[in-house]
Amino acid sequence: MKYEVIVVGGGHAGCEASLACARIGHKTLLITGNINNIADMPCNPSIGGSAKGIVVREIDALGGEMGKNADKSHIQIKMLNSSKGPAVRSLRAQADKITYPKNMQETLKSTENLTLLEDMVEHLIVEDKKIKGIVLAGGEKIYADTVILTTGTYLKADILVGDTRTRKGPNNQRPSMFLSDDLKELGFDIQRLKTGTPPRLDRATIDYSKTRREDGDKVRWSFSYETNPTYDIDKQEPCYLVYTNEKTHKIIMDNLNRSSMYGGYAKGIGPRYCPSIEDKVVRFSDKNRHQLFLEPESLYYDDIYLQGFSTSMPYDVQENMVHSIEGLENVKILKYAYAIEYDAINPLQINASLETKLVENLFTAGQINGTSGYEEAAAQGLIAGINASLKLEGKEPLILKRNEAYIGVLIDDLVTKGTKEPYRLLTSRAEFRLLLRHDNADLRLSNYGYEVGLISEERKKKLDEKIESIKKLEEELQSIKVTPTKEVNEYLKELDSAEIKDGITLYELLKRPEITIDKLTHFKNIDYTDEIKEQVEINIKYDGYIKKAIREAEKMLKLENKKIPEDIDYKKIPNLASEARQKLIEVRPKSIGQASRISGVNPSDISILSVYLKKGGY
Amino acid sequence: MNNTIAAISTSLGVGAISIIRVSGDDAINIVNKIFKGKDLTKVETHTIHYGYIIDKGEIIDEVLISIMKSPKTFTKEDVVEINSHGGMSTTNKILELLLNNGCRLAEPGEFTKRAFLNGRIDLVEAESIMDIINSKTELTRKMAINGIEGKISGIIKDLRQSIIEVLANIEVNIDYPEYEDAIEYTNELLKEKIKYIKSKLNEILEKSENTKMIKEGITVGIFGRPNVGKSSILNGLLNEDKAIVTNIEGTTRDIVEGSFLFNGIMINLIDTAGIRNTENIVEKIGVEKSKKILNDVDLAMIVLNNNEELTDNDLELLDETKDKNRIIVINKNDLENKLDISRFNKDEIIFTNTINSNGLNELKNKIVEIFNLGKIEEKDLTYLSNARSISILKKCLNKIDDINKAIKEDIPTDIIAIDLKAIWDLLGEITGETYHDELLDELFSKFCLGK
Repeated sequence: MKYEVIVVGGGHAGCEASLACARIGHKTLLITGNINNIADMPCNPSIGGSAKGIVVREIDALGGEMGKNADKSHIQIKMLNSSKGPAVRSLRAQADKITYPKNMQETLKSTENLTLLEDMVEHLIVEDKKIKGIVLAGGEKIYADTVILTTGTYLKADILVGDTRTRKGPNNQRPSMFLSDDLKELGFDIQRLKTGTPPRLDRATIDYSKTRREDGDKVRWSFSYETNPTYDIDKQEPCYLVYTNEKTHKIIMDNLNRSSMYGGYAKGIGPRYCPSIEDKVVRFSDKNRHQLFLEPESLYYDDIYLQGFSTSMPYDVQENMVHSIEGLENVKILKYAYAIEYDAINPLQINASLETKLVENLFTAGQINGTSGYEEAAAQGLIAGINASLKLEGKEPLILKRNEAYIGVLIDDLVTKGTKEPYRLLTSRAEFRLLLRHDNADLRLSNYGYEVGLISEERKKKLDEKIESIKKLEEELQSIKVTPTKEVNEYLKELDSAEIKDGITLYELLKRPEITIDKLTHFKNIDYTDEIKEQVEINIKYDGYIKKAIREAEKMLKLENKKIPEDIDYKKIPNLASEARQKLIEVRPKSIGQASRISGVNPSDISILSVYLKKGGY
Repeated sequence: MNNTIAAISTSLGVGAISIIRVSGDDAINIVNKIFKGKDLTKVETHTIHYGYIIDKGEIIDEVLISIMKSPKTFTKEDVVEINSHGGMSTTNKILELLLNNGCRLAEPGEFTKRAFLNGRIDLVEAESIMDIINSKTELTRKMAINGIEGKISGIIKDLRQSIIEVLANIEVNIDYPEYEDAIEYTNELLKEKIKYIKSKLNEILEKSENTKMIKEGITVGIFGRPNVGKSSILNGLLNEDKAIVTNIEGTTRDIVEGSFLFNGIMINLIDTAGIRNTENIVEKIGVEKSKKILNDVDLAMIVLNNNEELTDNDLELLDETKDKNRIIVINKNDLENKLDISRFNKDEIIFTNTINSNGLNELKNKIVEIFNLGKIEEKDLTYLSNARSISILKKCLNKIDDINKAIKEDIPTDIIAIDLKAIWDLLGEITGETYHDELLDELFSKFCLGK
């Protein structure tokens, strides 16, 4: 049996990777330990969030599935930061944990060229540093031209609760016992990471009178450009807000050495942005309360996710902790919190295409690369799938730049800086966030999606029309001038806007903070969709800042275009600081730009490197 | 790899000993060739050895040699220092011997450059050391030392810290919009903070420009009609006969420069040809030059003759300098007073008599008083002093203006934050900090975030 692509793991990365390869037209096999567990959401019941919501839009713009699937499966959705600037707006949906995987499984099952297999992969077949296939737990070999590993937290997974350690994956699934040993033998640095999940509560036992209700937006949203949302905005499920208190904190402090983390039972490194409640209480001892959110997991069962309360305390302590919270005094815990430790590779050992440096045609995506989050995983899965396909076709890989996509920032950070803790995307990681907006993901990326074959002709046509309409409306606004008549100035006064003394174009008028594009209909009929109007308004209002960002991006690209030859020998470059030399050897950056982003490589090292390259005639 | 370089590291002439420094792969070998004593190629690192420098068997000097092997040296290369008994000719002779035996004469600052390139010191330290090399006076030297000790970096670091606190707050607002413990950072709050940052930047800049004066000295132009005693005053201040002093009008055609130290401050004097109307071509050039100098100097010294009444030329000169820092020097106070001094502000006037050096000290004190130099304390010496840093500070101030404009235009805080981040990056350029994850560290250490 031979495939063009084998994807190992059916989480969010595996789904995108296998769909991308199959849709592009390559014979693909997805192997997963439990088919019913495909696209499972073992932690929080939400998709999107700050920066992550933009990633979902990017996945959609490239032709991925996550956005569409979330649109089909959410029970609440809202736009975060809607009161802030356009650069930081981002969607977040509460996804139904039953519906979301079910919908995704249906999509996978109905996709041509894609076969699903329920089994465990325990070994890789590698010849001459090239992947040839995999070996299943029963010893059967399956061959393929490329393999994509999307193993999530399953590599040697240990569940930690108090002083107990059990070799199990999330939700008691079978972990992968030998794959990470194989990787180690092939030369990969294996690191131990940790993450955690909070307890789940029985919805009927919560005293909602002591909580604060949080509703979804009263506007319809969708992640995908292809979804036409029709859900009932008044029938969204609410979330609720509760707080820890001094009593909770005392219980935690009194039992601190019984937690896996503080009792010294854990080895893995956890993420800073997702600390356990004991971490929060210890590190921020001056705070007398911490916010917690009650989030519904599904319409079809009773679990409420207690966001903000992940812990590795033993069960009896968890009971006391939860019951100390106002509103949860009599709550029934349906599932206890746990921490999970797993093996991951050092992402410095992969290329920006997500192909590993050590084994040709072997790709990795998601938590195995040291990231965390469904969206980060899906994004990498999509890119790995696209690049495995391009490799099969003998084409150059798709590498998104930092000024093109959050996905570009994510992957560049991973392969340039590495990570010692599970990596999460944040808006502050993106230096060009004004360019990487929720609203323009399609304009930024859909042409790439089209080129690789994941965006349909029809969608491409719509995109071209959109680009055309934006241009047209901008030109119209530039060509129409209003004159300082009494009527015009009275209207402006009504809007609290300064009088005009000379003629002014609508384009210039729109630059005023108090003038929105809809206000311009007073002067001219603007017959365009809201989407077009929004683009034009952002382009005009933030013109100065957008141009500045583009200039900065061009500066970066200049350095990005200064390529470093593959065969450079850093040991031969005199005067490099030894730390810089070591880092350069480890990362092997492709360009001066990438080299300058490596921590430990200083400007003086970059100038020495540049001079060396120039001298060598590169 | 690298050439071995050598240079005299102490100032020539006066000192009791001189140090000649040699750095590079061949440093020890080369010095060993001209040294009579222990075999230096066999001695331990960081040891001192007594012996003689010899040239063709002849003893040149009795010396102490310090051997410091790579990497624990200033340049991270092998370094040898020769302590000789001074005397310009002896020291020069030793240097010449080194050069004849394979060393190359170091360019100014080359040791520091190597230390920087080899990763021994950071940018601010490097610049401070360069300042030591170039410094002429005691105060500048102190200033440079303060830089090495990191005070310059310290001031900038404090400002960067206060900026990053704001940035981290804004980022938390974006990434964790539901998090209640971080205040919502509005433009209103930002406005206050920007005011503070601007005042800090201005303060550093102002003092930086002041220190520039300390380092480069004060330029004082001496102006006046011919034969009022300008050159005599110059000579009196310099204590030497540098300018040509005659009583024939218009002999000081070239601009004579001289410098002297007073209270640790370098004062550069420029004598000018008499500013007056003249038909003589050669003199005319001198006169035009004088007018140009008038614009460039930090202080104008207007010399008038006590024994004569004010002429039109004097009045013209007084008018041209009325907005400048100036001192009116009324010379020849031993002669009869014919000058109407009631028209001057008393604080501007100093009486002198160059024949017996009367009033010269008062004149020096007046200069110090005008530039407030008496108040310069060591703590003030920690400010930036080089052109690069000053220009970065000015760039930061431009960005502050952009931010203030954006606040007025109601631009969202998260977009304005981009400019604030740029200021933070620019300040990092001064201290040479390139660590990119500071913002994240700040975010997670100050705010309790997470799901």
